[in-house]
Amino acid sequence: MSAADYLLPYDFSPLTVLSFAAVLGLYGMALLRMPAADRPGPVRITTFVLGVMLCYAVMQTRFDYYSQYMFFVHRGQHLILHHLGPILIALSNPLPIARYWYGFAGPGSRRLIAPLGWLYRLLQQPAIAAFLFVGLIFFWLWPPIHFDAMLSRQLYWLMNWSMLLDGLLFWWLILDSRSPAVGNALGYGKRILLLALVAIPQMILGAWIVFSRGMVYDVYEVCGRAWPMPPETDQLLGGLLTWIPPAMMSIVGILIILRRAMHEDDGRARRQSRQPITEGSAP
Amino acid sequence: MMPLSQPLARFRPVALWPLVLSLSLTLTGCLGDQENWHGKDISGLMPELEFTLTGTSGNLVTETDSAGQIRLVYFGFTSCPDVCPATLSSLGSAIKQMPDDLQDDVTTLFVSVDPDRDTPKRIASYVNFFGQGVVGLTGEEATLREFTKRYRTTFGYDQPDTEGNYQVSHSAAVYVFDGDGDARLLLRPGLTSEQISADLTALATESAPT
Repeated sequence: MSAADYLLPYDFSPLTVLSFAAVLGLYGMALLRMPAADRPGPVRITTFVLGVMLCYAVMQTRFDYYSQYMFFVHRGQHLILHHLGPILIALSNPLPIARYWYGFAGPGSRRLIAPLGWLYRLLQQPAIAAFLFVGLIFFWLWPPIHFDAMLSRQLYWLMNWSMLLDGLLFWWLILDSRSPAVGNALGYGKRILLLALVAIPQMILGAWIVFSRGMVYDVYEVCGRAWPMPPETDQLLGGLLTWIPPAMMSIVGILIILRRAMHEDDGRARRQSRQPITEGSAP
Repeated sequence: MMPLSQPLARFRPVALWPLVLSLSLTLTGCLGDQENWHGKDISGLMPELEFTLTGTSGNLVTETDSAGQIRLVYFGFTSCPDVCPATLSSLGSAIKQMPDDLQDDVTTLFVSVDPDRDTPKRIASYVNFFGQGVVGLTGEEATLREFTKRYRTTFGYDQPDTEGNYQVSHSAAVYVFDGDGDARLLLRPGLTSEQISADLTALATESAPT
């Protein structure tokens, strides 16, 4: 197989290619046009592009073929779509870009976007966000649903897109760069609690897949594997990928949040020690 | 913006639990099989039957050659040690258990995904062993790749051993299409020939002109 065969989509989806191109295009245009003061630095830009390109690569290259016919590669695909890609995108803090484009919207189009904002705020309620995050993983891994999703092209695309969009929502809620002290972003304690809460069911599910004696996902048996691999090995690897990396990412997320909270505390303490009395007595 | 976000800011997450619960109940409620098929109902999940492959006498065969018939599509290879012969003989005995007048309504299409080793002649002697109603098919690898991709399945080859023998991974299930070419059932491994026979009979009586 030539390099082009590896890089070109296995299952070409015009909508997916267009969406990714639009995101990168809008990001690039905003970078060129926005005031230098607002522009993200090279590290943030690289992080953003890397996150987007990782998600694109698992959806529209040969990787997608292996994801369709090997359970453990499929778990790797979702690890990127639901965790790693969105984490990188959220860490890169694309907020200035979003603000830049929002600034262009006239009152008419802002009214059109308003319902989206309403839906966004509903989905970002911590309880709903955590339920959706874990619920989607369980839903698509529910054996009969998983079977149908792997057999039907439409369901397969719905599954991958829903994982990506939900991953973006959840990790943006967790890694939102705005401080909860000054805005209405989620408090650091709640973010840490959410990360710990979503890790537990994922670990249980992963462990259950790893220790299952029978075949949980026989669809890969039914549909043929990309290469002859013992089904038990495939299932074991897939279970491990569901179990360990997501738990690790929750821990990394908690560490990032703790670091931010400590920095903010330090900053506040320094400000307070500089002007100890006047601040308290000011009207 | 503010009037919309204000009530949400005071939104109590606890109030959502009934919604979340009912949603999950509805979703799980959708999982039940309405019809009592032994195989897996795949109506609407897959595109209709369509192919152009090479028959055992080197001729081109398409889905129209068996139009009106219930088609059982099975991907395999003739050097297959156990799964393929077991599946084909189980299909054969399932068809024999159907009512006599319905047996002719079923055609088995055995598609070899190992065109390097499986010549049309070799496939012919292989399928003849399993009875009259089996049609042997194959094609170039690219054609087979396209056909299998359409039905969300694939095949792969292992490294050949010192004698040049190699394993082929392929679908273990049988795809059942009705007389109109619509995908209807997926027969997973593990079904008895009685169960398969019951499904095929139900399908044949349903599509029989009344």
